[in-house]
Amino acid sequence: MQWEVVIGLEIHVQLSTKSKIFSGASTAYGAEPNTQACTVDLGLPGVLPVFNGEALKKSVMFGLAVGAQINERSVFDRKNYFYPDSPKAYQISQLYYPVVGEGHIDIVLEDGSQKRIGVTRAHMEEDAGKSLHENFHKQTGIDLNRAGTPLLEIVSEPDMRSPKEAVAYMRKIHSIVRYLGISDGNMQEGSFRCDANVSLRPKGQEEFGTRAELKNINSFRFVEKAINVEIERQMDILESGGTVTQETRLYDSEKNETRSMRSKEEANDYRYFPDPDLLPIVISAEEIEAIRKTLPELPDAKCARYMEQLGLSEKDARALTVDRDMAEYYEQVQQAVDDAKMAANWLLGEVSAMNNKNGLEFKDCPVNAVQLTGLLKRVKDNTISGKIAKEVFEAMFTGEGSGGEGDADTIIDKKGLKQITDTGAIEAIIDEVIANNPGQVAEFQSGKDKLIGFFVGQVMKASKGKANPGQVNQILMQKLRS
Amino acid sequence: MSRLDKSDVEKIAFLARLGVDEQDMPEYAANLSNILDMVEQLNSVDTDGVKPMAHPLDAVQRLRADEVTEVNDRENLQSHAPETAEGLYLVPRVVE
Repeated sequence: MQWEVVIGLEIHVQLSTKSKIFSGASTAYGAEPNTQACTVDLGLPGVLPVFNGEALKKSVMFGLAVGAQINERSVFDRKNYFYPDSPKAYQISQLYYPVVGEGHIDIVLEDGSQKRIGVTRAHMEEDAGKSLHENFHKQTGIDLNRAGTPLLEIVSEPDMRSPKEAVAYMRKIHSIVRYLGISDGNMQEGSFRCDANVSLRPKGQEEFGTRAELKNINSFRFVEKAINVEIERQMDILESGGTVTQETRLYDSEKNETRSMRSKEEANDYRYFPDPDLLPIVISAEEIEAIRKTLPELPDAKCARYMEQLGLSEKDARALTVDRDMAEYYEQVQQAVDDAKMAANWLLGEVSAMNNKNGLEFKDCPVNAVQLTGLLKRVKDNTISGKIAKEVFEAMFTGEGSGGEGDADTIIDKKGLKQITDTGAIEAIIDEVIANNPGQVAEFQSGKDKLIGFFVGQVMKASKGKANPGQVNQILMQKLRS
Repeated sequence: MSRLDKSDVEKIAFLARLGVDEQDMPEYAANLSNILDMVEQLNSVDTDGVKPMAHPLDAVQRLRADEVTEVNDRENLQSHAPETAEGLYLVPRVVE
């Protein structure tokens, strides 16, 4: 039987407010346990939540960015369940009247085509605390610093048909929230997390199969792996004539397996009701329009502009605009060097490669845009070749230079890397190479044209890569053909 | 007429983590059933075009400025907790 996978994602985004969604406690990451958990976060009797307007503003920004309807009136509900990291025994969330209604985003598939994925809704809620199960004999330690951190839960339509599509969707949402500056999107610190609803159905069948909800997916790599192992598990069940149980499953990245979380099942009756502590959240059409005016240029628009104004290929334009930090870096270099293609090649080539090799995000690249500009100017004016430029770049990457535009010149001088453009000097090297390789000269002259590559290589080697390749080619041809 | 039986009461009590004595079950079942009956009566009212009411006060939520106003009060707050260690609140082990 041919099976088709159906995937929907719920993404939890921590909104980057200074204070919590219902209290004035700090949301800063990494503080000593429970030093940022006040009486409201602890759910002590008699406290009253007061809503943080910034969480509303940031949520509305997201809604506008995905073309969604913004609900001028939204309501907080209580989601009731017992777990010690949620001391009130309910989570304040929005079930019936979420702030953001239906919207959509477009993802790019592997074959380069686009696919539209529906966003069902997005609602505001509070995060829970953290449980630490290690180190305590028969006890669990609770840190409530994270409790009350504002979250935007973004729910997708079950529109994805492969793990790769799910990853592309997740990356696009990540890109958008980073562009908007509404979340730091830091997955290691849990600011961007994902649950995946996964089901299988016979190919061609209209109705959905029974789904399992995978929890605890905290990286782009894991979302693909988790869905893949879950597909295999469900396929095994279905192929052997069994039925899939609707349940919550935890993804274990170490064992690369999903396993049932039975305790979550019996709690699955959340008995939502409107939170009497909170009045309806109202935002006017004028306020929404004012927020719309603050939206930055988003990745799709930026990509289109790079193609149209700068003449970049779609592939390059997309790659440059995924990460806002990279796009801003690129624009700075591109404007200063005035060569869109060259700047694009460098960013997507050497700079990305070095960052990846060192496990760095673009924003942490040790070579800044000004330094790279200084370097590319020297390639443009033929002071150094592209190959030598990589050597200079690596020197900058490992900390040489002071962070200014003059760094390239300093390193070129210090290492004596200036390109040899003096015809006499190049001729002298070529004469020596020709004299040392009489056999190859004879072969070339008898018609083995391909040997030109050998000669160029020898000359470049003899000049330690500094000879101007264009001139080398030209003079070599003259001399060998004469 | 909605009639809840003993097993419904047991389930509701479990979800709310309430202990209900065996002998009180019939009374809870009857009272809860009466509440549901009342809600059902409300259901018969035509509410087409009536805006759902989320709160009895006809008011909207005041928005707070995004400022940190709370200071670290851990020592005081943890003095009320039954057990703490290394800055954490301790609870009976929860295993997932």
